[in-house]
Amino acid sequence: MTRIAIRVQNIAKKYEIAVGRRHDTLRDQAADAVRSFFGPGRQKKTDTFWSLKDVSFDVHRGEVVGVIGRNGAGKSTLLKILSRITSPTSGQASIYGRVASLLEVGTGFHGELSGRENVYLNGAILGMKKAEIDRKFDEIVAFSEVEKFIDTPVKRYSTGMHVRLAFAVAAHLEPEILLVDEVLAVGDAAFQKKCLNKMEEVGHEGRTILFVSHNMASVTRLCPRVILLDSGRILKDGPAHDAVAVYSEHWLDIGASREWLDGATAPGAEIVRLRAVRTRTENGKVADAVDIRQPIGIEMQYEVLEPGFVLLPYLNLHNQEGVFVLEALDLDPTWRGRTRPRGVYTSTAWIPANLLADGVHFVSAGLTTTDPDITQFHERDAVAFHVIDSMTGDSSRGDWTGALGGAAFRPLLKWHTQFKSLERETILHEE
Amino acid sequence: MALYEGVAAADSPEVIIKPQQRWSGIGVKELWDCRELLYFLVWRDVKVRYKQTAIGASWAVIQPLITMVLFTAVFSKLAGISSEDLPYPIFSFAALVPWTYFSRSLNQSITSVVGNAHLITKVYFPRLLLPISAVVGGLIDFAIAFVFLLGMMAWYRITPTWGVLLLPVLILFTMLTALAVSVWLSVLNVRYRDVGQAIPFLVQLWLFASPVAYPLSEVSERWRVLLGLNPMTGVIEGFRWALLGKQVPDTMPMVLSATVVLLLLVSGVVYFRRVEATFADVV
Repeated sequence: MTRIAIRVQNIAKKYEIAVGRRHDTLRDQAADAVRSFFGPGRQKKTDTFWSLKDVSFDVHRGEVVGVIGRNGAGKSTLLKILSRITSPTSGQASIYGRVASLLEVGTGFHGELSGRENVYLNGAILGMKKAEIDRKFDEIVAFSEVEKFIDTPVKRYSTGMHVRLAFAVAAHLEPEILLVDEVLAVGDAAFQKKCLNKMEEVGHEGRTILFVSHNMASVTRLCPRVILLDSGRILKDGPAHDAVAVYSEHWLDIGASREWLDGATAPGAEIVRLRAVRTRTENGKVADAVDIRQPIGIEMQYEVLEPGFVLLPYLNLHNQEGVFVLEALDLDPTWRGRTRPRGVYTSTAWIPANLLADGVHFVSAGLTTTDPDITQFHERDAVAFHVIDSMTGDSSRGDWTGALGGAAFRPLLKWHTQFKSLERETILHEE
Repeated sequence: MALYEGVAAADSPEVIIKPQQRWSGIGVKELWDCRELLYFLVWRDVKVRYKQTAIGASWAVIQPLITMVLFTAVFSKLAGISSEDLPYPIFSFAALVPWTYFSRSLNQSITSVVGNAHLITKVYFPRLLLPISAVVGGLIDFAIAFVFLLGMMAWYRITPTWGVLLLPVLILFTMLTALAVSVWLSVLNVRYRDVGQAIPFLVQLWLFASPVAYPLSEVSERWRVLLGLNPMTGVIEGFRWALLGKQVPDTMPMVLSATVVLLLLVSGVVYFRRVEATFADVV
């Protein structure tokens, strides 16, 4: 029933990195130049580097697949091979259907040309026919929100306008298979959302999309299936949440406790410096894994070096998909609104049991002095902890042991069920 | 058994991506499919070329015109080189029109691949479109200069012979000549930027190795064969014959020129196709 859209079989890509020879004299240089002119000189030393190795997978029609991985994992190479920008060293890939690739928005935009002219040029470069652009032109311009400047040379556009126009063209491509790079990393948030929505819309029309990104939130939101690449190999190919979890566990080498022993290099400045961030379980143990049914204590220790300021410590939490889950400001009544004397403070916030979903959570610790509001430090992803779900039936998953969708929160809600029987009452009466 | 059920027999892939082959054909069909993109690439280059210039397309005439004046002063007046019973200005201008087109195509084509690196690394299209667009783009300037040439012919009261009917063939031959050299230059320049340095200079030398400023008949028999190896010899002789009614050019240099162009073109395209897949990695 489901048909293949992309089939990748044992794709590998090797790059040769020239190891520089020393050019001590002009004579050496000249000799080398001559040598290199007459074909690839045998003497040249090269290092080989496999950007991709034995990568195989199938993508079915209508599937939306994300590709994630660290820098250098081979994501971009894979996309470039599938886009036919570069060829593989070995292996084969077959693409079934009209394909368009979007490695960048606004490819081929020329500053001297007007917005109108660039829509045509860019559209043609992305593989649209002139008639198709003619037909969609008004829609593209309306989507880009730059109607007023459509006949102005693009070099006079602001960056935002530039990106919006470029995106508008890209969003109106109608291939059966769309290969997209991290192009969504540009543009203002509202417009990004509009584009994401447009692409989701595209996905629901049964279009196949391969989406390469660092942006976990957009990958997991768009792609039910994720391929995780590491050093050119597939590390995980499966449901988005699994792959993202593997990603986080593998590389985000962040523990449950972090301390800054050297006061001079600790985050902060003359007024206050961060000394430690830790996550603790209910009984006070520093732990990087906490049962979903237990509260989690996050503690930040900071040293006030200059007295007389009102401090506002805060903690931010991001989950493994990069979603900003919660923001907590210190509410301790003892110090609320009071200036602080010098000393070492430890503020602890308790996250209630049965609130966060299972998975990795990253803690960012920050501190602001008020009036005027100045951020003294903001340590991103200082520590991380895992929330572990149990299958014992008393967490919010109840008796369900299968996969859950990946929502950020998993509270125990009070459920109430009303029942009205549809059986004939006479039977009950007879009994 | 059910695993690959999805791939119906009727389903043949639109695109098969394989390691670079030694010989992958010229891809004429693909080029034809992308003719609209070629149109837009040419249109872009032409539009951009004369943006923010004061005299715009007049540049297409000024360059050969000034060269003609210079040649007339130096070669005709000072050196007394014959122009085969034709007024020297029109004799040289009829050659300078195709020559200017040729040299401009060459200079454009050198950067056609390297200058479009931002496209090559981001989107797929048949790379041959780039040198082709460089050569096609020059036709606009060529047409303008050609109209000027017709005006000059009227001024000198020269009526073209029946040979003028062969002019389209000659123009096509000029294009193929420019394309043959351009394909080679564009691809070589990707790896060896020396090409970009050397070519403007070599083109100047080439000008004097072509019968632009002098007639082929002035060249001794022995050297004429050598000059015949230069495809521009055929082009220029052909133009003079078709437009100015000069005697029919010798067949030998013409055939030689055509053969050289064909060899250059085929080998250039084959080489281009062989290495084009590495452009994105090298450029």
